[in-house]
Amino acid sequence: MDDALVIGEHKLTSRLIIGTGGAANLSVLERALVASGTELTTVAMRKADADGGTGVLGLVRRLGIKLLPNTAGCRTAAEAVLTAQLAREALDTDLIKLEVHADDRTLLPDPFETLDAAEQLAADGFTVLAYTNDDPVLALRLEEAGCAAVMPLGAPIGTGLGIRNPHNIELIVARAMVPVILDAGIGTASDACLAMELGCDAVLLSTAVTRAKDPERMAAAMRAGVEAGRLARDAGRVPQRFWAHASSPPR
Amino acid sequence: MEIKVNGSWREFPDGATVSEVLDALDVTRQGVAVAVNGEVVRRGEWEASVVPKGANIDVLTAVQGG
Repeated sequence: MDDALVIGEHKLTSRLIIGTGGAANLSVLERALVASGTELTTVAMRKADADGGTGVLGLVRRLGIKLLPNTAGCRTAAEAVLTAQLAREALDTDLIKLEVHADDRTLLPDPFETLDAAEQLAADGFTVLAYTNDDPVLALRLEEAGCAAVMPLGAPIGTGLGIRNPHNIELIVARAMVPVILDAGIGTASDACLAMELGCDAVLLSTAVTRAKDPERMAAAMRAGVEAGRLARDAGRVPQRFWAHASSPPR
Repeated sequence: MEIKVNGSWREFPDGATVSEVLDALDVTRQGVAVAVNGEVVRRGEWEASVVPKGANIDVLTAVQGG
């Protein structure tokens, strides 16, 4: 069965995208990435200095995983566009996870700057995956701006609060013509499973795995959660009922 | 001449190229990208690209994140 996730020109078998942030060290990260089965992983762009070279690039390339650079830390569309252009040059990829945070406390996406940057980057030939609020109207606007995928949050980054507004996620899924990737807020495997049951095409998470007590085991749990949710979505769940409905024949 | 590199002012000889600025920074070249005054300078142009006086240079690389 061909059940690939297609983002722009990129085809992925795994529907779990793992962020590299938060891992205690590269060896923990490596085991988590392998256990997750991911084929796409995020990196951030930061000032290079003499100490530089965290080794993350070498690791990700050795594992044969595609890089998804992000624009985390950018506050304006202009900063995000330049960071994306630098990422493309440094890493030789057209993929960009566009994220423009409004403030440090919530790390919520700034909708105006995000939309502005999305238009510019899509016009510049990027495959834009836009981190966005769980706002069905904004998700459509981002798609119209040329984004290759929209990535609504379940809850703010790093909170592990799960999917706070499942109905909004379903509304986004119902109208999107591009992949919808649940990004941020995942706390445990059932959250990842729910995202897929709601119809998301993939899940992106970092903290829930990298800061778990046992990142490798949690990565395996997330992989299973995503696969289970995908299967359940495709299988078509039974309707919810108020009263019991016997599953054994009457005597 | 003074050039602002990743937010800090540094002294370079007049006519310094992007390549010479990178040498002075002692950064690995792989996985690095450079912008001069907000414009990306492609890798193949580092040797020939002369940095203007007072330029603002960003040198970025990928780290764990996201």
